[in-house]
Amino acid sequence: MKRRHSSITKERIFAVWLLIPCFLVVCIFAFYPIVYSFFLSLHRIILGLPSIGQPFIGLENYRALLHDSIALRSLVNTFAFVFISTFFELLFGLIIALVINKHFMGRGLVRAAILVPWAIPTVVSSQMWRFICNDNYGLVNYILFGSDVAQYKAWLADPFFAFAAIVVADVWKTSSFAALLILAGLQTIPDELYETAKIDGANAWQRFRKIILPLIKPALLIALLFRTMDAFRVFDLVFVMTQGGPANSTNVLQFYGYKKIFAEGFMGYGSTISVLVFMTVFVLSLLYLRIIRTRLFAETVT
Amino acid sequence: MKPSKLLFYGIIFIIIFLSLLPFIWFVHTSLKTEGEVTAIPPKLVPSGSLNFYRSAITDYNLLHYVRNSVIVAGATTCVTLFISVFAAYALARLRLKYKGLIMGSLLLVSMFPQISIAGPVWKILQALGWLNSYQGLIIPYVTLTLPLGVWILTSFFNELPKELEDAARIDGCTRIQALYKIVIPLAAPGVFTAAILVFIYAWNEFFFALLIMTQQKFQTLPIGIALFQGQYTLPWGEIAAASTVATVPLVVVVFLFQKRIVSGLSAGAIKG
Repeated sequence: MKRRHSSITKERIFAVWLLIPCFLVVCIFAFYPIVYSFFLSLHRIILGLPSIGQPFIGLENYRALLHDSIALRSLVNTFAFVFISTFFELLFGLIIALVINKHFMGRGLVRAAILVPWAIPTVVSSQMWRFICNDNYGLVNYILFGSDVAQYKAWLADPFFAFAAIVVADVWKTSSFAALLILAGLQTIPDELYETAKIDGANAWQRFRKIILPLIKPALLIALLFRTMDAFRVFDLVFVMTQGGPANSTNVLQFYGYKKIFAEGFMGYGSTISVLVFMTVFVLSLLYLRIIRTRLFAETVT
Repeated sequence: MKPSKLLFYGIIFIIIFLSLLPFIWFVHTSLKTEGEVTAIPPKLVPSGSLNFYRSAITDYNLLHYVRNSVIVAGATTCVTLFISVFAAYALARLRLKYKGLIMGSLLLVSMFPQISIAGPVWKILQALGWLNSYQGLIIPYVTLTLPLGVWILTSFFNELPKELEDAARIDGCTRIQALYKIVIPLAAPGVFTAAILVFIYAWNEFFFALLIMTQQKFQTLPIGIALFQGQYTLPWGEIAAASTVATVPLVVVVFLFQKRIVSGLSAGAIKG
Protein backbone atom coordinates (compact mmCIF):
# COMPACT_ATOMS: atom_id res chain seq x y z
CA MET A 1 0.00 0.00 0.00
CA LYS A 2 2.72 2.38 0.96
CA ARG A 3 4.70 1.58 -2.18
CA ARG A 4 1.70 2.27 -4.35
CA HIS A 5 1.18 5.53 -2.59
CA SER A 6 4.72 6.67 -3.24
CA SER A 7 4.50 5.72 -6.91
CA ILE A 8 1.46 7.98 -7.25
CA THR A 9 3.35 10.82 -5.61
CA LYS A 10 6.25 10.19 -7.98
CA GLU A 11 3.89 10.33 -10.93
CA ARG A 12 2.45 13.63 -9.71
CA ILE A 13 5.91 15.12 -9.29
CA PHE A 14 6.89 13.96 -12.78
CA ALA A 15 3.71 15.52 -14.19
CA VAL A 16 4.50 18.82 -12.52
CA TRP A 17 8.00 18.80 -14.01
CA LEU A 18 6.55 18.26 -17.46
CA LEU A 19 4.20 21.20 -17.00
CA ILE A 20 6.79 23.65 -15.71
CA PRO A 21 8.00 25.04 -19.09
CA CYS A 22 4.44 25.67 -20.22
CA PHE A 23 3.55 27.17 -16.86
CA LEU A 24 6.56 29.50 -16.85
CA VAL A 25 5.96 30.85 -20.35
CA VAL A 26 2.27 31.45 -19.76
CA CYS A 27 2.82 33.08 -16.36
CA ILE A 28 5.61 35.41 -17.46
CA PHE A 29 4.22 36.43 -20.83
CA ALA A 30 0.46 36.21 -20.31
CA PHE A 31 -0.70 36.36 -16.70
CA TYR A 32 1.95 38.68 -15.34
CA PRO A 33 1.39 41.22 -18.16
CA ILE A 34 -2.30 41.37 -17.29
CA VAL A 35 -1.54 42.32 -13.71
CA TYR A 36 1.21 44.63 -14.91
CA SER A 37 -1.27 46.37 -17.25
CA PHE A 38 -3.40 47.21 -14.26
CA PHE A 39 -0.34 48.58 -12.46
CA LEU A 40 0.61 50.70 -15.48
CA SER A 41 -2.91 52.08 -15.74
CA LEU A 42 -2.53 53.67 -12.29
CA HIS A 43 0.48 55.69 -13.40
CA ARG A 44 1.26 58.52 -15.77
CA ILE A 45 3.67 57.07 -18.31
CA ILE A 46 4.45 58.82 -21.57
CA LEU A 47 6.92 56.99 -23.78
CA GLY A 48 8.14 60.19 -25.43
CA LEU A 49 8.77 61.89 -22.07
CA PRO A 50 10.90 59.53 -19.97
CA SER A 51 11.98 62.52 -17.83
CA ILE A 52 8.61 62.69 -16.03
CA GLY A 53 9.21 59.20 -14.64
CA GLN A 54 6.21 57.10 -13.64
CA PRO A 55 4.25 59.14 -11.12
CA PHE A 56 1.40 57.27 -9.39
CA ILE A 57 -1.87 59.01 -10.15
CA GLY A 58 -4.45 56.62 -8.74
CA LEU A 59 -7.61 56.31 -10.78
CA GLU A 60 -7.02 59.50 -12.74
CA ASN A 61 -6.61 57.60 -16.03
CA TYR A 62 -9.90 55.82 -15.45
CA ARG A 63 -11.63 59.12 -14.78
CA ALA A 64 -10.25 60.40 -18.08
CA LEU A 65 -11.44 57.23 -19.81
CA LEU A 66 -15.02 57.89 -18.69
CA HIS A 67 -14.93 61.27 -20.43
CA ASP A 68 -13.20 60.05 -23.55
CA SER A 69 -15.83 60.10 -26.29
CA ILE A 70 -13.57 58.27 -28.77
CA ALA A 71 -13.12 55.42 -26.29
CA LEU A 72 -16.88 55.21 -25.90
CA ARG A 73 -17.28 55.23 -29.66
CA SER A 74 -14.72 52.42 -29.98
CA LEU A 75 -16.53 50.40 -27.33
CA VAL A 76 -19.86 50.77 -29.12
CA ASN A 77 -18.23 49.96 -32.47
CA THR A 78 -16.53 46.89 -31.02
CA PHE A 79 -19.79 45.52 -29.64
CA ALA A 80 -21.62 46.29 -32.88
CA PHE A 81 -18.89 44.58 -34.85
CA VAL A 82 -18.85 41.52 -32.59
CA PHE A 83 -22.60 41.18 -32.63
CA ILE A 84 -23.20 41.69 -36.34
CA SER A 85 -20.25 39.72 -37.66
CA THR A 86 -20.77 36.79 -35.28
CA PHE A 87 -24.43 36.61 -36.23
CA PHE A 88 -23.68 36.36 -39.94
CA GLU A 89 -20.75 34.01 -39.41
CA LEU A 90 -22.92 31.54 -37.51
CA LEU A 91 -25.73 31.87 -40.04
CA PHE A 92 -23.49 31.25 -43.06
CA GLY A 93 -21.48 28.70 -41.10
CA LEU A 94 -24.67 26.76 -40.40
CA ILE A 95 -25.75 26.89 -44.04
CA ILE A 96 -22.35 25.76 -45.31
CA ALA A 97 -22.17 22.98 -42.72
CA LEU A 98 -25.64 21.67 -43.62
CA VAL A 99 -24.74 21.64 -47.30
CA ILE A 100 -21.35 19.92 -47.04
CA ASN A 101 -22.57 17.39 -44.48
CA LYS A 102 -24.14 15.43 -47.35
CA HIS A 103 -22.15 12.72 -49.09
CA PHE A 104 -21.25 13.79 -52.60
CA MET A 105 -18.39 13.57 -55.03
CA GLY A 106 -15.54 15.98 -54.41
CA ARG A 107 -16.59 16.76 -50.87
CA GLY A 108 -12.97 16.93 -49.72
CA LEU A 109 -12.15 19.49 -52.40
CA VAL A 110 -15.14 21.61 -51.42
CA ARG A 111 -14.04 21.48 -47.80
CA ALA A 112 -10.55 22.56 -48.78
CA ALA A 113 -11.94 25.40 -50.89
CA ILE A 114 -13.97 26.84 -48.04
CA LEU A 115 -10.92 26.56 -45.77
CA VAL A 116 -8.95 28.89 -48.02
CA PRO A 117 -10.41 32.12 -46.57
CA TRP A 118 -9.66 30.81 -43.07
CA ALA A 119 -6.01 30.15 -43.94
CA ILE A 120 -5.32 33.47 -45.69
CA PRO A 121 -3.36 35.91 -43.51
CA THR A 122 -5.78 38.57 -42.26
CA VAL A 123 -3.47 41.29 -43.54
CA VAL A 124 -3.73 39.81 -47.02
CA SER A 125 -7.51 39.57 -46.90
CA SER A 126 -7.64 43.15 -45.60
CA GLN A 127 -5.56 44.46 -48.50
CA MET A 128 -7.65 42.36 -50.86
CA TRP A 129 -10.96 43.85 -49.69
CA ARG A 130 -9.44 47.29 -49.63
CA PHE A 131 -8.49 46.83 -53.27
CA ILE A 132 -11.95 45.48 -54.11
CA CYS A 133 -13.48 48.60 -52.48
CA ASN A 134 -11.07 50.98 -54.22
CA ASP A 135 -12.71 54.21 -55.38
CA ASN A 136 -11.12 54.32 -58.84
CA TYR A 137 -10.73 50.76 -60.03
CA GLY A 138 -12.28 48.50 -57.41
CA LEU A 139 -14.42 45.54 -58.33
CA VAL A 140 -17.41 46.74 -56.26
CA ASN A 141 -17.68 49.96 -58.24
CA TYR A 142 -17.34 48.11 -61.51
CA ILE A 143 -19.99 45.54 -60.60
CA LEU A 144 -22.44 48.25 -59.48
CA PHE A 145 -21.81 50.99 -62.02
CA GLY A 146 -20.00 49.36 -64.94
CA SER A 147 -17.88 51.85 -66.82
CA ASP A 148 -19.87 54.85 -65.60
CA VAL A 149 -16.89 56.26 -63.70
CA ALA A 150 -18.79 59.38 -62.61
CA GLN A 151 -20.90 57.28 -60.24
CA TYR A 152 -17.91 55.57 -58.58
CA LYS A 153 -17.93 55.84 -54.83
CA ALA A 154 -15.11 55.88 -52.30
CA TRP A 155 -16.66 53.18 -50.13
CA LEU A 156 -14.07 53.24 -47.37
CA ALA A 157 -14.44 57.01 -46.99
CA ASP A 158 -18.08 56.63 -46.03
CA PRO A 159 -18.70 55.88 -42.34
CA PHE A 160 -21.50 53.39 -42.92
CA PHE A 161 -19.93 51.53 -45.83
CA ALA A 162 -16.49 51.46 -44.23
CA PHE A 163 -17.96 49.68 -41.22
CA ALA A 164 -19.94 47.37 -43.49
CA ALA A 165 -16.80 46.58 -45.50
CA ILE A 166 -14.98 45.48 -42.36
CA VAL A 167 -17.89 43.27 -41.34
CA VAL A 168 -18.05 41.73 -44.83
CA ALA A 169 -14.30 41.07 -44.85
CA ASP A 170 -14.52 39.37 -41.44
CA VAL A 171 -17.60 37.32 -42.31
CA TRP A 172 -15.96 36.21 -45.56
CA LYS A 173 -12.82 35.11 -43.76
CA THR A 174 -14.26 33.30 -40.77
CA SER A 175 -17.64 31.80 -41.72
CA SER A 176 -15.76 28.69 -42.81
CA PHE A 177 -14.27 28.26 -39.35
CA ALA A 178 -17.75 28.40 -37.83
CA ALA A 179 -18.91 25.96 -40.48
CA LEU A 180 -16.25 23.44 -39.52
CA LEU A 181 -17.13 23.54 -35.85
CA ILE A 182 -20.82 23.14 -36.64
CA LEU A 183 -20.02 20.35 -39.10
CA ALA A 184 -18.19 18.45 -36.36
CA GLY A 185 -21.40 18.64 -34.34
CA LEU A 186 -23.55 17.56 -37.28
CA GLN A 187 -21.44 14.49 -37.87
CA THR A 188 -22.26 13.15 -34.43
CA ILE A 189 -25.92 12.79 -35.47
CA PRO A 190 -26.55 9.20 -36.65
CA ASP A 191 -28.09 8.83 -40.11
CA GLU A 192 -30.85 6.56 -38.77
CA LEU A 193 -32.30 9.50 -36.89
CA TYR A 194 -33.04 11.36 -40.13
CA GLU A 195 -34.39 8.22 -41.74
CA THR A 196 -36.81 7.48 -38.91
CA ALA A 197 -38.00 11.07 -38.91
CA LYS A 198 -38.46 10.94 -42.67
CA ILE A 199 -40.52 7.77 -42.41
CA ASP A 200 -42.59 9.38 -39.69
CA GLY A 201 -43.46 12.09 -42.20
CA ALA A 202 -41.42 14.99 -40.85
CA ASN A 203 -40.60 17.53 -43.55
CA ALA A 204 -37.17 19.10 -43.99
CA TRP A 205 -37.94 22.12 -41.81
CA GLN A 206 -39.37 19.97 -39.01
CA ARG A 207 -36.34 17.68 -39.17
CA PHE A 208 -34.12 20.72 -38.88
CA ARG A 209 -36.03 22.28 -35.98
CA LYS A 210 -36.74 19.16 -33.97
CA ILE A 211 -33.68 16.99 -34.58
CA ILE A 212 -30.71 18.85 -36.00
CA LEU A 213 -30.93 22.12 -34.12
CA PRO A 214 -31.18 20.65 -30.59
CA LEU A 215 -28.39 18.18 -31.28
CA ILE A 216 -25.93 20.69 -32.66
CA LYS A 217 -26.65 23.27 -29.99
CA PRO A 218 -23.39 22.50 -28.14
CA ALA A 219 -21.38 22.89 -31.33
CA LEU A 220 -23.22 26.13 -32.15
CA LEU A 221 -22.48 27.49 -28.69
CA ILE A 222 -18.80 26.66 -29.00
CA ALA A 223 -18.64 28.28 -32.43
CA LEU A 224 -20.39 31.29 -30.90
CA LEU A 225 -17.85 31.48 -28.08
CA PHE A 226 -14.83 31.23 -30.37
CA ARG A 227 -16.18 33.70 -32.89
CA THR A 228 -17.22 36.25 -30.26
CA MET A 229 -13.83 36.22 -28.62
CA ASP A 230 -12.03 36.41 -31.93
CA ALA A 231 -14.22 39.25 -33.20
CA PHE A 232 -13.32 41.17 -30.06
CA ARG A 233 -9.71 41.13 -31.19
CA VAL A 234 -10.39 42.74 -34.55
CA PHE A 235 -7.33 44.80 -35.44
CA ASP A 236 -5.67 43.87 -38.73
CA LEU A 237 -8.76 44.72 -40.79
CA VAL A 238 -9.09 48.13 -39.19
CA PHE A 239 -5.39 48.90 -39.36
CA VAL A 240 -5.10 48.07 -43.03
CA MET A 241 -8.49 49.09 -44.41
CA THR A 242 -9.49 52.23 -42.54
CA GLN A 243 -7.10 53.17 -39.72
CA GLY A 244 -10.23 53.59 -37.59
CA GLY A 245 -11.72 56.23 -39.86
CA PRO A 246 -13.56 57.97 -41.34
CA ALA A 247 -14.31 60.03 -38.22
CA ASN A 248 -13.77 57.04 -35.89
CA SER A 249 -16.64 55.15 -37.47
CA THR A 250 -14.53 51.99 -37.58
CA ASN A 251 -12.40 52.62 -34.51
CA VAL A 252 -12.44 49.59 -32.21
CA LEU A 253 -10.98 49.03 -28.74
CA GLN A 254 -7.97 47.01 -29.81
CA PHE A 255 -7.03 49.60 -32.43
CA TYR A 256 -7.65 52.56 -30.13
CA GLY A 257 -5.54 50.99 -27.39
CA TYR A 258 -2.75 50.31 -29.86
CA LYS A 259 -2.86 53.91 -31.06
CA LYS A 260 -2.81 55.39 -27.56
CA ILE A 261 0.04 53.22 -26.31
CA PHE A 262 2.29 52.77 -29.30
CA ALA A 263 1.53 55.56 -31.76
CA GLU A 264 0.94 58.35 -29.22
CA GLY A 265 3.03 56.87 -26.41
CA PHE A 266 0.47 57.15 -23.59
CA MET A 267 1.43 53.88 -21.95
CA GLY A 268 -0.41 54.68 -18.71
CA TYR A 269 -3.66 55.88 -20.23
CA GLY A 270 -3.62 53.25 -22.97
CA SER A 271 -3.32 50.57 -20.28
CA THR A 272 -6.77 51.49 -18.94
CA ILE A 273 -8.10 50.38 -22.31
CA SER A 274 -6.12 47.13 -22.00
CA VAL A 275 -7.69 46.55 -18.58
CA LEU A 276 -11.17 47.39 -19.85
CA VAL A 277 -10.81 44.99 -22.78
CA PHE A 278 -9.49 42.22 -20.58
CA MET A 279 -12.27 42.61 -18.01
CA THR A 280 -14.96 42.55 -20.70
CA VAL A 281 -13.58 39.45 -22.36
CA PHE A 282 -12.99 37.71 -19.05
CA VAL A 283 -16.56 38.23 -17.86
CA LEU A 284 -17.98 37.26 -21.24
CA SER A 285 -15.94 34.08 -21.51
CA LEU A 286 -16.82 32.96 -17.98
CA LEU A 287 -20.47 33.52 -18.81
CA TYR A 288 -20.19 31.53 -22.01
CA LEU A 289 -18.23 28.70 -20.43
CA ARG A 290 -20.88 28.44 -17.75
CA ILE A 291 -23.65 28.15 -20.28
CA ILE A 292 -21.72 25.72 -22.47
CA ARG A 293 -20.75 23.51 -19.58
CA THR A 294 -24.24 23.13 -18.18
CA ARG A 295 -25.78 22.71 -21.62
CA LEU A 296 -23.16 20.27 -22.79
CA PHE A 297 -23.47 18.04 -19.78
CA ALA A 298 -27.23 18.27 -19.62
CA GLU A 299 -27.56 17.27 -23.26
CA THR A 300 -24.90 14.67 -23.68
CA VAL A 301 -25.93 12.78 -20.57
CA THR A 302 -29.65 12.57 -21.27
CA MET B 1 -31.03 15.83 -62.95
CA LYS B 2 -33.66 16.32 -60.26
CA PRO B 3 -34.39 19.97 -59.40
CA SER B 4 -33.44 19.42 -55.75
CA LYS B 5 -30.06 18.09 -56.85
CA LEU B 6 -29.60 21.02 -59.20
CA LEU B 7 -30.30 23.39 -56.33
CA PHE B 8 -27.80 21.53 -54.16
CA TYR B 9 -24.99 21.82 -56.70
CA GLY B 10 -25.99 25.41 -57.33
CA ILE B 11 -25.47 26.24 -53.66
CA ILE B 12 -22.17 24.35 -53.59
CA PHE B 13 -21.03 26.33 -56.60
CA ILE B 14 -21.99 29.65 -54.98
CA ILE B 15 -20.15 28.73 -51.77
CA ILE B 16 -16.96 27.81 -53.63
CA PHE B 17 -17.24 30.81 -55.92
CA LEU B 18 -17.59 33.27 -53.03
CA SER B 19 -14.83 31.59 -51.02
CA LEU B 20 -12.27 31.69 -53.78
CA LEU B 21 -13.19 34.63 -56.01
CA PRO B 22 -11.81 37.55 -53.94
CA PHE B 23 -8.43 35.89 -53.57
CA ILE B 24 -8.29 34.74 -57.18
CA TRP B 25 -8.97 38.35 -58.16
CA PHE B 26 -5.90 39.40 -56.16
CA VAL B 27 -3.68 36.70 -57.71
CA HIS B 28 -5.02 37.82 -61.06
CA THR B 29 -4.05 41.42 -60.24
CA SER B 30 -0.52 40.35 -59.38
CA LEU B 31 -0.11 39.00 -62.92
CA LYS B 32 -1.13 42.23 -64.65
CA THR B 33 0.96 45.12 -65.85
CA GLU B 34 0.90 48.59 -64.28
CA GLY B 35 -1.63 49.88 -66.82
CA GLU B 36 -3.93 46.87 -66.53
CA VAL B 37 -4.36 47.20 -62.75
CA THR B 38 -6.17 50.53 -63.05
CA ALA B 39 -7.98 49.79 -66.29
CA ILE B 40 -11.75 50.34 -66.48
CA PRO B 41 -13.34 48.03 -67.43
CA PRO B 42 -10.98 45.61 -65.69
CA LYS B 43 -9.06 43.34 -67.98
CA LEU B 44 -10.28 39.79 -67.52
CA VAL B 45 -7.27 38.04 -68.94
CA PRO B 46 -4.05 39.44 -67.50
CA SER B 47 -0.98 39.54 -69.69
CA GLY B 48 0.70 37.11 -67.29
CA SER B 49 3.54 39.49 -66.67
CA LEU B 50 5.75 38.73 -63.69
CA ASN B 51 6.88 42.34 -63.44
CA PHE B 52 5.20 42.93 -60.10
CA TYR B 53 6.94 39.91 -58.60
CA ARG B 54 10.23 41.17 -59.91
CA SER B 55 9.76 44.66 -58.50
CA ALA B 56 8.37 43.30 -55.20
CA ILE B 57 11.68 41.45 -54.85
CA THR B 58 14.03 44.17 -56.04
CA ASP B 59 12.27 47.36 -54.85
CA TYR B 60 10.41 46.09 -51.79
CA ASN B 61 12.71 43.39 -50.40
CA LEU B 62 10.06 40.70 -50.60
CA LEU B 63 12.46 37.80 -50.08
CA HIS B 64 13.85 39.38 -46.97
CA TYR B 65 10.34 39.47 -45.41
CA VAL B 66 9.78 35.87 -46.48
CA ARG B 67 13.01 34.84 -44.78
CA ASN B 68 12.03 36.54 -41.50
CA SER B 69 8.59 34.94 -41.60
CA VAL B 70 10.06 31.49 -42.19
CA ILE B 71 12.47 31.93 -39.28
CA VAL B 72 9.89 33.25 -36.83
CA ALA B 73 7.05 30.89 -37.76
CA GLY B 74 9.40 27.89 -37.98
CA ALA B 75 11.02 28.53 -34.62
CA THR B 76 7.65 29.23 -32.98
CA THR B 77 6.31 25.91 -34.26
CA CYS B 78 9.31 23.95 -32.93
CA VAL B 79 9.36 25.59 -29.50
CA THR B 80 5.59 25.47 -29.01
CA LEU B 81 5.39 21.80 -29.96
CA PHE B 82 8.33 20.87 -27.77
CA ILE B 83 6.74 22.50 -24.73
CA SER B 84 3.20 21.31 -25.52
CA VAL B 85 4.16 17.67 -25.99
CA PHE B 86 5.36 17.48 -22.38
CA ALA B 87 2.46 19.46 -20.98
CA ALA B 88 -0.13 17.51 -22.98
CA TYR B 89 1.37 14.18 -21.93
CA ALA B 90 1.10 15.17 -18.28
CA LEU B 91 -2.46 16.38 -18.76
CA ALA B 92 -3.63 13.38 -20.77
CA ARG B 93 -1.80 10.55 -19.08
CA LEU B 94 -0.62 11.26 -15.57
CA ARG B 95 -2.42 11.60 -12.28
CA LEU B 96 -2.56 15.26 -11.56
CA LYS B 97 -4.72 17.63 -9.60
CA TYR B 98 -6.45 20.70 -11.06
CA LYS B 99 -6.41 19.42 -14.66
CA GLY B 100 -9.64 21.27 -15.41
CA LEU B 101 -8.28 24.48 -14.00
CA ILE B 102 -5.09 24.22 -16.06
CA MET B 103 -6.96 23.51 -19.30
CA GLY B 104 -9.41 26.30 -18.50
CA SER B 105 -6.73 28.91 -17.88
CA LEU B 106 -4.98 27.92 -21.10
CA LEU B 107 -8.26 28.42 -22.91
CA LEU B 108 -8.51 31.83 -21.32
CA VAL B 109 -5.03 32.73 -22.60
CA SER B 110 -6.09 31.81 -26.12
CA MET B 111 -8.98 34.24 -25.82
CA PHE B 112 -7.13 37.33 -24.62
CA PRO B 113 -7.30 40.23 -26.98
CA GLN B 114 -3.62 40.97 -27.61
CA ILE B 115 -3.99 44.57 -26.43
CA SER B 116 -4.60 43.38 -22.86
CA ILE B 117 -0.99 42.23 -22.62
CA ALA B 118 0.68 44.32 -25.34
CA GLY B 119 2.06 47.20 -23.24
CA PRO B 120 3.71 45.01 -20.57
CA VAL B 121 5.05 42.50 -23.09
CA TRP B 122 6.62 45.40 -24.96
CA LYS B 123 8.13 46.73 -21.71
CA ILE B 124 9.52 43.32 -20.74
CA LEU B 125 11.09 42.88 -24.17
CA GLN B 126 12.48 46.39 -24.04
CA ALA B 127 14.09 45.69 -20.66
CA LEU B 128 15.64 42.52 -22.09
CA GLY B 129 16.82 44.43 -25.17
CA TRP B 130 14.80 42.06 -27.35
CA LEU B 131 12.71 44.53 -29.35
CA ASN B 132 13.65 44.04 -33.00
CA SER B 133 15.04 40.56 -32.51
CA TYR B 134 13.75 37.15 -33.57
CA GLN B 135 13.47 35.84 -30.01
CA GLY B 136 11.51 38.97 -29.10
CA LEU B 137 8.73 37.95 -31.46
CA ILE B 138 9.04 34.18 -31.05
CA ILE B 139 8.40 34.34 -27.29
CA PRO B 140 4.99 36.07 -27.49
CA TYR B 141 4.03 33.75 -30.35
CA VAL B 142 4.94 30.70 -28.29
CA THR B 143 2.83 32.05 -25.43
CA LEU B 144 -0.17 32.61 -27.66
CA THR B 145 0.06 29.28 -29.51
CA LEU B 146 0.71 27.08 -26.47
CA PRO B 147 -3.00 26.74 -25.64
CA LEU B 148 -3.68 25.52 -29.19
CA GLY B 149 -0.80 23.04 -29.06
CA VAL B 150 -1.64 21.69 -25.62
CA TRP B 151 -5.36 21.31 -26.35
CA ILE B 152 -4.87 19.49 -29.63
CA LEU B 153 -2.14 17.18 -28.35
CA THR B 154 -4.02 16.39 -25.14
CA SER B 155 -7.02 15.27 -27.14
CA PHE B 156 -4.82 13.13 -29.42
CA PHE B 157 -2.90 11.56 -26.52
CA ASN B 158 -6.17 10.76 -24.80
CA GLU B 159 -7.15 8.56 -27.71
CA LEU B 160 -4.03 6.38 -27.71
CA PRO B 161 -4.32 2.99 -26.01
CA LYS B 162 -2.60 3.02 -22.68
CA GLU B 163 -1.51 -0.64 -22.82
CA LEU B 164 1.44 -0.08 -25.15
CA GLU B 165 2.94 2.39 -22.78
CA ASP B 166 2.41 0.12 -19.81
CA ALA B 167 4.10 -2.71 -21.71
CA ALA B 168 7.08 -0.48 -22.43
CA ARG B 169 7.29 0.48 -18.78
CA ILE B 170 7.28 -3.15 -17.74
CA ASP B 171 10.08 -3.78 -20.25
CA GLY B 172 12.12 -1.28 -18.28
CA CYS B 173 11.54 2.00 -20.13
CA THR B 174 11.50 5.12 -17.99
CA ARG B 175 8.51 7.43 -18.34
CA ILE B 176 10.46 9.82 -20.55
CA GLN B 177 11.57 6.94 -22.78
CA ALA B 178 7.99 5.69 -23.00
CA LEU B 179 6.97 9.20 -24.03
CA TYR B 180 9.40 9.65 -26.89
CA LYS B 181 9.68 6.00 -27.97
CA ILE B 182 6.01 5.04 -27.84
CA VAL B 183 3.61 7.93 -27.36
CA ILE B 184 5.07 10.56 -29.69
CA PRO B 185 5.52 8.24 -32.69
CA LEU B 186 1.97 6.96 -32.21
CA ALA B 187 0.62 10.47 -31.88
CA ALA B 188 2.65 11.70 -34.88
CA PRO B 189 -0.48 12.64 -36.86
CA GLY B 190 -1.63 14.75 -33.92
CA VAL B 191 1.77 16.39 -33.56
CA PHE B 192 1.78 17.14 -37.26
CA THR B 193 -1.73 18.62 -37.12
CA ALA B 194 -0.78 20.84 -34.21
CA ALA B 195 2.35 21.90 -36.10
CA ILE B 196 0.31 22.98 -39.13
CA LEU B 197 -2.09 25.06 -37.05
CA VAL B 198 0.65 26.70 -34.96
CA PHE B 199 2.66 27.49 -38.08
CA ILE B 200 -0.33 29.09 -39.81
CA TYR B 201 -1.02 31.20 -36.72
CA ALA B 202 2.58 32.44 -36.46
CA TRP B 203 2.87 33.01 -40.21
CA ASN B 204 -0.27 35.18 -40.22
CA GLU B 205 0.11 37.12 -36.97
CA PHE B 206 0.27 40.88 -37.38
CA PHE B 207 -0.37 42.72 -34.11
CA PHE B 208 2.72 41.75 -32.11
CA ALA B 209 4.91 41.81 -35.19
CA LEU B 210 3.85 45.43 -35.69
CA LEU B 211 4.79 46.45 -32.13
CA ILE B 212 7.98 44.50 -31.76
CA MET B 213 9.56 44.66 -35.21
CA THR B 214 9.91 48.36 -35.95
CA GLN B 215 13.09 47.96 -38.02
CA GLN B 216 12.66 46.67 -41.52
CA LYS B 217 15.52 44.24 -41.01
CA PHE B 218 13.38 42.01 -38.77
CA GLN B 219 9.90 42.58 -40.14
CA THR B 220 7.77 39.63 -41.20
CA LEU B 221 5.68 39.22 -44.33
CA PRO B 222 2.34 40.54 -42.94
CA ILE B 223 4.07 43.76 -41.86
CA GLY B 224 5.61 44.15 -45.28
CA ILE B 225 2.27 43.61 -46.99
CA ALA B 226 0.49 46.09 -44.70
CA LEU B 227 3.13 48.81 -45.01
CA PHE B 228 4.23 48.67 -48.68
CA GLN B 229 4.08 52.26 -49.78
CA GLY B 230 4.71 53.72 -53.20
CA GLN B 231 5.84 57.26 -53.85
CA TYR B 232 2.41 58.67 -54.77
CA THR B 233 -0.01 55.79 -54.91
CA LEU B 234 -0.30 52.39 -53.31
CA PRO B 235 1.73 49.80 -55.19
CA TRP B 236 -1.26 47.47 -55.68
CA GLY B 237 0.56 45.16 -58.05
CA GLU B 238 3.42 44.55 -55.64
CA ILE B 239 1.02 44.20 -52.68
CA ALA B 240 -0.92 41.60 -54.63
CA ALA B 241 2.27 39.79 -55.61
CA ALA B 242 3.54 39.70 -52.01
CA SER B 243 0.10 38.58 -50.82
CA THR B 244 0.14 35.74 -53.30
CA VAL B 245 3.58 34.68 -52.11
CA ALA B 246 2.38 34.78 -48.49
CA THR B 247 -0.78 32.82 -49.18
CA VAL B 248 0.01 30.19 -51.79
CA PRO B 249 2.01 27.97 -49.40
CA LEU B 250 -0.95 28.01 -47.00
CA VAL B 251 -3.42 27.18 -49.76
CA VAL B 252 -1.25 24.21 -50.76
CA VAL B 253 -1.14 23.03 -47.15
CA VAL B 254 -4.92 23.38 -46.86
CA PHE B 255 -5.56 21.33 -49.99
CA LEU B 256 -3.09 18.62 -48.97
CA PHE B 257 -4.08 18.36 -45.34
CA GLN B 258 -7.68 19.59 -45.11
CA LYS B 259 -8.74 16.47 -43.21
CA ARG B 260 -6.10 16.91 -40.56
CA ILE B 261 -6.78 20.61 -40.21
CA VAL B 262 -10.48 20.00 -39.73
CA SER B 263 -9.84 17.27 -37.17
CA GLY B 264 -7.35 19.51 -35.36
CA LEU B 265 -9.70 22.46 -35.22
CA SER B 266 -12.57 20.37 -33.95
CA ALA B 267 -10.33 18.43 -31.53
CA GLY B 268 -9.23 21.69 -29.97
CA ALA B 269 -12.73 23.04 -29.79
CA ILE B 270 -15.21 20.22 -29.33
CA LYS B 271 -13.62 17.33 -27.55
CA GLY B 272 -12.11 19.49 -24.86
